[in-house]
Amino acid sequence: MTKLPKPLYLAAGAYTMSLGTGRPEFNPRVARPGLEHYIQEVGREVFAQIDDPDTIDEGVIGNFMAARFNKQGHLGSLMTIAHPSLEYKPMIRVEGACASGGLALATAIKSVLSGLAESVLVMGVEVQNTVKAVYGADILAGAGWFAGERKEGGTYFFPQKFSDRAGAYGQKYGVEKSREAMARWYATAVENARLNPLAQEHFNKVKDLLSQGLTPPDSRTFCEHINLFHCSKVSDGAAAIVVCSKEGYKRLGLKRKDVIKVVGYGHASANLTTPPPDLTELTTSRRASAAARKMARIAKEDYGVIEVHDCFSITGMLSLEALDLAAPGQSIDFIAAGENKRTGRFPTNTGGGLVGYGHPTGATGVRMAVDLWKQLTGKAGDYQVPLKKEHGIMISMGGNDKTVVSLVVKR
Amino acid sequence: MDLNTRLQNVTVIGAAGKMGSGIALLLALELAYRALENKDRTYILNLVDVSDVSLQGLVRYLREQAVKDAEKQMSRLRRLYADRRDLVENGEMIEAFASEVLLHVRTGKTMVLAQDSTLVFEAAFEKEELKIGIYKDLAALCPREMYILTNTSSIPLHVLSEAAGMTGRVIGYHFYNPPAVQKLLEIITPDVCDTELQELAGELAKVLRKTVVSSNDIAGFIGNGHFMRDGLHGIREVERLAGEHGFTKAVYFVNKTSRDWLLRPMGIFQLIDYVGIDVFQLILRVMDKYLNDGLHSPLIDRYLELGVKGGQTSSGTQKDGFLKYEKGAIVGIYDPDKQAYVPLDGTWDKEADAQLGDHPDPALSWKSLQGDPDLETKLRSYFSNFETKPTLGARLATDYFRASRAASQRLVEAGVAKHAEDVNKVLTLGFFHLYGPINDHLD
Repeated sequence: MTKLPKPLYLAAGAYTMSLGTGRPEFNPRVARPGLEHYIQEVGREVFAQIDDPDTIDEGVIGNFMAARFNKQGHLGSLMTIAHPSLEYKPMIRVEGACASGGLALATAIKSVLSGLAESVLVMGVEVQNTVKAVYGADILAGAGWFAGERKEGGTYFFPQKFSDRAGAYGQKYGVEKSREAMARWYATAVENARLNPLAQEHFNKVKDLLSQGLTPPDSRTFCEHINLFHCSKVSDGAAAIVVCSKEGYKRLGLKRKDVIKVVGYGHASANLTTPPPDLTELTTSRRASAAARKMARIAKEDYGVIEVHDCFSITGMLSLEALDLAAPGQSIDFIAAGENKRTGRFPTNTGGGLVGYGHPTGATGVRMAVDLWKQLTGKAGDYQVPLKKEHGIMISMGGNDKTVVSLVVKR
Repeated sequence: MDLNTRLQNVTVIGAAGKMGSGIALLLALELAYRALENKDRTYILNLVDVSDVSLQGLVRYLREQAVKDAEKQMSRLRRLYADRRDLVENGEMIEAFASEVLLHVRTGKTMVLAQDSTLVFEAAFEKEELKIGIYKDLAALCPREMYILTNTSSIPLHVLSEAAGMTGRVIGYHFYNPPAVQKLLEIITPDVCDTELQELAGELAKVLRKTVVSSNDIAGFIGNGHFMRDGLHGIREVERLAGEHGFTKAVYFVNKTSRDWLLRPMGIFQLIDYVGIDVFQLILRVMDKYLNDGLHSPLIDRYLELGVKGGQTSSGTQKDGFLKYEKGAIVGIYDPDKQAYVPLDGTWDKEADAQLGDHPDPALSWKSLQGDPDLETKLRSYFSNFETKPTLGARLATDYFRASRAASQRLVEAGVAKHAEDVNKVLTLGFFHLYGPINDHLD
């Protein structure tokens, strides 16, 4: 598909706090809200923004591993608790590891394009703090190839995978420089999170973030090439937004200024059972985002705001290269020049991203779309950036760059 | 016989007690790792105690703790289970390890379990006749090479080993509570002790990653040698202050200054309650019997006659003793004349605080100074305040500080400890003090 057959919009976004370590509300010894709480909280916020709840035709919910984290399947049905008007409407749950949220958006887009629905409520949810990290690592490892990779993998399977990428990148482009860039990525993520009251790192008071980010990796306790500051958080949270046609957002009672337009969309999947062709590149992310940009018919310079899947600092850096904003190995200089900061040319992950806001896995792709929507409609509050361009792009990535959904949106 | 061979059949006597269960855990984990590393050998841990209920509780405890340990040792476990194709996830390996730990454990109420053991850990109640009886039974049951490592905390070991015909085959292995966590291990070597046993004890301490302090075989050793005298000083201070200030206020003064002014984790009466007033009396009696050093307290005897014992419930909550506790906080002080607790109601205790005077540096506490890189400098400047601000609190704390130092120095002079540094290590590692008592912070 080189052109969207009809105009598509994103409307009425919301997301919850990312609950986990760092938030004062988080106490590992005290019982915490479950999936139901997050689904209802984010649902309330979406429905508060629209006139007639019955104008939502369908629902799609992205979730990765509730079956293991919460022993709960059948989330399509569970999603109806978001609002009484959803009862008996078509609801579906989709899964694509950490790209589950991105897949939920893709699924809704297809529904609206097919003409079966004018407005689809898209939600993403994950509640991960139900188990200790050592067991959570097992669950998240399901995003890799279990039969072929898990046994030989490390205790912390995915950190190990991305540590390998960071190691390869450092070897190719310089260990010191790449570690400095990873530390800068962390510092910027926390600085942005401090402006976002819903972010897990919102209360981070550390003065010298850069030094903290430069803490040498320790393979005995964690990984060889990354430290804990280079990782996203273990998080509970949900996000929601409505994918709709022009007719759809009007029926919701919204004006054009309240919504953003989807102008490009790319979705790519790579073979789960084979290693990435090049550890220093996000090959699938490059393909999906290039397809989205091609459909949008814009130049990379047209991005005014960017959301990338920085499950680790190194992934953030590789994403900038996958977007062609920096040549291979050049994201180091791009970050050193502050191009990704809110004051830079390409403000990236303005609400903190996965490192700063948090990473409730199944919700993350939807949360990215909501942050783009907030920035482009001027609803981002304290973390609003002055927009220089009117387009935004997001990359929702699952596993080790195996499932990717990318959207280009326009004010 | 080398350590690894001896560890193939080990027994813990008194295994379900507070100290015994910790020792059992340490050994159970060690044997499980050895079993995974030495597949051609079998390892057996016999756990003996007097009640089935407490032995079942012990097995439950071992399982829970094995899981917690495994959760922290995942890299090691992933290596050890590399050839187990059926174990893929962390969780599967953790469960397998917990089963492995219990696989080597045999529990029972009979000493016969120990018959093949060449290494026996004894953590029975601190009573001479009881321990001597156990040693006699073991000597009759076990192979001739059997050695006893005893957690005895006050009775001279030569008294026990001679009476049981085990001279040379007993060594003191005094753990601190909880044994699996506390780094300190006090090794007490009697005058007659097999060289092989001494070497084994040292090697095993390394394997268990303990910091060893050597004590001589003199009643009370270092730990209780200091603690008993420290406690008795506190009691004498109460008796001295009670005339002018009344009994409960005197207890309040001494407990508060020994904690907040001396920057210790607990006040002296809280510590006695924690250990148990009955245990405190028992150890005093043992030491008094062998040392003839006036280690006796009529006040302690009176509390026990009144049924005030302190100690902890089986779930680990603090029972009332000198002090009354609610959710771990001190809420009252026992008055033996009234046979009741006088609540800290914000009236008389507030008055007592005023009488003690300002704390020398309210910003400093035992907690605030944990892991402080400038600890030494801060302590030096802190204690220098004591002389410039001679409040009642500072005076009591100074006296307390000096008494603790004098008791410690006596341990070195009497040959209980070989070096001042050993006493300091016991107090910092075993009692979690911020500083050793032998120092020059105060004249």
